[in-house]
Amino acid sequence: MSDVAGEKVFAEIIEKDQRIEPRDWMPDGYRKTMIRQIAQHAHSEIIGMQPEGAWITRAPSLRRKAILLAKVQDEAGHGLYLYSAAETLGADRGDLTRRLIEGRQKYSSIFNYPTLSFADVGVIGWLVDGAAICNQVPLCRSSYGPYARAMIRICKEESFHQRQGYELLMTMMRGTTVQREMVQDAVNRWWWPSLMMFGPPDADSPNTAQSMAWKIKRHTNDELRQRFVDMTVPQAEALGVTLPDPDLRWNADREHYDFGAIDWSELKRVISGDGPMNAERIARRRQADEEGAWVREAAAAHAAKRTEVRA
Amino acid sequence: MTGEIKHEWPLFEVFVRAKRGLNHVHVGSLRAADHEMALHHARDLYTRRNEGVSIWVVRSEDVVASGPDDKDAFFAPSGDKAYRHPTYYSIPDSVPHI
Repeated sequence: MSDVAGEKVFAEIIEKDQRIEPRDWMPDGYRKTMIRQIAQHAHSEIIGMQPEGAWITRAPSLRRKAILLAKVQDEAGHGLYLYSAAETLGADRGDLTRRLIEGRQKYSSIFNYPTLSFADVGVIGWLVDGAAICNQVPLCRSSYGPYARAMIRICKEESFHQRQGYELLMTMMRGTTVQREMVQDAVNRWWWPSLMMFGPPDADSPNTAQSMAWKIKRHTNDELRQRFVDMTVPQAEALGVTLPDPDLRWNADREHYDFGAIDWSELKRVISGDGPMNAERIARRRQADEEGAWVREAAAAHAAKRTEVRA
Repeated sequence: MTGEIKHEWPLFEVFVRAKRGLNHVHVGSLRAADHEMALHHARDLYTRRNEGVSIWVVRSEDVVASGPDDKDAFFAPSGDKAYRHPTYYSIPDSVPHI
């Protein structure tokens, strides 16, 4: 199909709110944007296994350990659904992993913060996965079919993640004073980074307009951030914790919560590699890749040998 | 590191039967060394919550597909055969059960 004809069909499909599928003609910019977004999302899921994974061996009960194992396994699964979607666009997941390890592709800034206590596991489920749900639910209607389908699968599973986190926190809030302090401390540390998960403010988000026109994105960063704040405030009240923002209050005119200014210099710093855990996260991912290489090679050699025998 | 990408394992497409009585439906892909490993990985990846009772895996390179460009030429023959549809035939309303 010629580019002119292709462009016309592509525009019609987007206009009718239908899905673009892997073998359809698509503009180079769309393909590149989709690969970048899906890869970044996949990397976030894979790197996201580390902060909570650190607590699997130290979970306070067998029940909590089983839950945490299942959750971290889900994160791996989400990464693999997304690499699968990226491969439909001609990307290769080995290449994507290399780009991650070499720092040429990014992942969510949120995973560059440390998990200092077991309360962090609960707060990550509640706030970080809560923010992820806000971001991801509209992506179930993203214009790229394989991405939208992966997101549907992921969203179904994220609900478990958020609820297990909130339940964990409710349990700790019913415990000792020290436990309640641990929860509040974790909330204090994770609140602002969670708000940064939605990305820079709209005025400073150059790709948003094109992504909205292509229906890759359905809402702007600031719209989603506001939605998250509005959802979370009553949950914090029910839990009995304070969100660390003196400017947070209901605005009856806007019918939304107002909130304080976000320190965007922190987001820039963490994204550009200077967060508390950036180096460690990438080093760990590189180590897993390198130490797993012999297993992948041995399995491939075994498969090749068996094929020879059969022939 | 060299610039060469090592394709350690081939790509497989995964199809899952959600429950007895339904068709297998394509759910995604994965990489595995061989068919047996592909089945195990598909079980771990796509059926962690009772999503399936049966799985097929197929090497992606073995799938032959019609292209989106073929759409008109390939599917047009069915477009002009309206007589294949029950609504093509007019039957008086007075005739029951047809």
